[in-house]
Amino acid sequence: MEWLLLLCVLSPAVGCIINGLFGRWTYRAAGVIGSTFLGISFALAVPLIIYAIQGHVVDYSYYHWIVSGKFTVPFGLRLDSLSAMMLGVVTFVSFMIHIYAIGYMGGHKGYARFFTYLNLFVFAMLLLCMGNNYLTMFIGWEGVGFCSYILIGYYYEKKTAADAGRKAFVTTRIGDIGFIVGVLFIILYFGSVKFTDVFAQAHMISPAIITIITLALFLGAIGKSAQFPLYVWLPDAMEGPTPVSALIHAATMVTAGVYMVARSAPLYALSPTGSLVVASVGAFTALFAATMALTHFDLKRILAYSTISQIGYMMIGVGVGAYWTGMFHLMTHAFFKALLFLSAGAVMHAMHGVLDMRLMGGLRHKMPQVCIVMIIASLAIAGIPPLSGFFSKDVILSEALMLGHPIIWLVGVVTAFMTAFYMFRMIFFTFFGESRVPEGMHPHEAPSVMLVPLWVLAVGSIVIGGILGVKVHGHISIEHFISLTSPNAFPIVHKYSETLLIIISIIAGVLGIAVAWLAYIPKGAFSFRSFVVRTFHPLYRCFFNLWWVDEIYNFLFCRPFWHVSERFLWKAVDVKVIDAGVDDVGRVAGLTGRAVRILQTGFINNYACWVSAGALIICGWYLLKIM
Amino acid sequence: MENYVPFLMVAFILFAIGAIGVLVRRNFFVVLMSLEIMINSAGLVFVILSYFSGTVSGQVFFIFVAAVAASETAVGLAIAVLMYRVRHTVDVTEFSMMKR
Repeated sequence: MEWLLLLCVLSPAVGCIINGLFGRWTYRAAGVIGSTFLGISFALAVPLIIYAIQGHVVDYSYYHWIVSGKFTVPFGLRLDSLSAMMLGVVTFVSFMIHIYAIGYMGGHKGYARFFTYLNLFVFAMLLLCMGNNYLTMFIGWEGVGFCSYILIGYYYEKKTAADAGRKAFVTTRIGDIGFIVGVLFIILYFGSVKFTDVFAQAHMISPAIITIITLALFLGAIGKSAQFPLYVWLPDAMEGPTPVSALIHAATMVTAGVYMVARSAPLYALSPTGSLVVASVGAFTALFAATMALTHFDLKRILAYSTISQIGYMMIGVGVGAYWTGMFHLMTHAFFKALLFLSAGAVMHAMHGVLDMRLMGGLRHKMPQVCIVMIIASLAIAGIPPLSGFFSKDVILSEALMLGHPIIWLVGVVTAFMTAFYMFRMIFFTFFGESRVPEGMHPHEAPSVMLVPLWVLAVGSIVIGGILGVKVHGHISIEHFISLTSPNAFPIVHKYSETLLIIISIIAGVLGIAVAWLAYIPKGAFSFRSFVVRTFHPLYRCFFNLWWVDEIYNFLFCRPFWHVSERFLWKAVDVKVIDAGVDDVGRVAGLTGRAVRILQTGFINNYACWVSAGALIICGWYLLKIM
Repeated sequence: MENYVPFLMVAFILFAIGAIGVLVRRNFFVVLMSLEIMINSAGLVFVILSYFSGTVSGQVFFIFVAAVAASETAVGLAIAVLMYRVRHTVDVTEFSMMKR
């Protein structure tokens, strides 16, 4: 089994190497090659997942990577219920995205390069999920960070894309420092980075240290999973090609933080403070990002903010200690968010790169299938039963309430309402109403190589929640499964009627859709909208300008940084210290040469004089010593 | 043990004559001859000490030194000829092309 696991993880790397080295000769086949190796990976993942469902755990160290005294870092992989779930989600959704990308990226420049990066991305994510120690996880962690940089900046000739790639890299890097600090603390206090060793010793370490470790690790998760205040890179990440957005947002990268917290469950379970921080940041981000999605007109950016918001939900789930709810939402979200992005990509493909919803409208006649799958995905994310989002979102909220966090629950319900609103605002804006498509543009249905993955994901979005989320023999199957690895951390303090909670969350979702319908479909909807905007004008401006967060960061961090760089580092340190220092070294050599040159008379007798003078001095010295 | 100091004094005087010749004379050939005197004075020391210590190794050394000195002189004369062709003089103070 352990070799099967290794093969499964390495398969995308093989695809990456083939396309990377021979991309010049693979031409159009690059997409098929990349998808094939991911398909192999998925096919190998199936028996592994079944093995894990049977309750087996594979934890195998292939070789010792770093050995230093008693401290060793193995290169090893671990398959248990938690990583098996990630393995399934990552390989399956990435496989679908790869197939879609064959159609979407057809004819683009650097076709082979794209699939090279895509495979590398999936490989890094698999390493992150399957590693059996924190350092292997960290390689994957940095790997996805690097791949996100090269993929977001894929259209590197476009300045905004290159800037967005750099922004993603630098922002997540801030979080990575936290992760490194956390890992260093773990090495310092546990003497090992293997999950099994660390978790076995966790209860012997003082709670204060555990809290520091959990907070440091969570800083890494904030960066990677785009939580407040480091979420700013994610909306800009939309500059990358759409399959990349789907890959980053659905299957890989942003879910890494949630997975990491769930993986470190034994540590978070010992630190109520750390867990509370996770849940609070998650709740705040969920609400904050949802407000920003309300007023946007850019199709993909709405989805980006919605991703941030949904990751916030997952953070609530893992933060309140019900790790399985976070992982459950991660899984359902992977399906419907990949579907949303890929359908948005299909719209963008049909509209020749236009993403502004004000130039769309009435597209349901032009691309009915894309319209249907997008509505399915929106219903799923809005939490309408029996679609998958309903099950996972509902358990997060009810667990949060029952574990004693009523405020977080309330925030979650409000966010659920806003989610339903902005998703259906997007649907109504794009697919319904009158056509605002510019003259000369003819939107068309997506080709079947793109439609097939869409439908597969749509079916997944519908059924996956129902399959995993209904109660069998008194407990929910996914709860049972994930709890094998990461059991719930804290006891339930309140008991509420589950039916009531379900009804409340359904009402929130339906209300959101209804308001969206009211605001965009009937005659007179425009006057209703302008009335609302006028009434809540300050709030509307905050939403529309995204709370000026980018501007604030610019003012607080970037501008001082530029000034320090220019005035101090460049004009003072570089010019006056480093450059001047180099000049002075040269000047000293020159001056010495000028002094020594006096001795070089050019007369051979003088040289002979110096030689004999030297000889005499040496002889005299010895004579003196003898006498 | 017999007194070998007077013999060494002769060698020293020869060496000093050679050294002064190298330092003060300008004619390249005279400089070369002075160099020969210096080498031979050193060789004389070898021979003297070899004689007084009753071994032959010093004398054997001098045979080698003499052979090397001969070849060295040949090189020196060749240089002198070439320098004369270039500068039309054998005055060493004229040979200052290395100094700009």
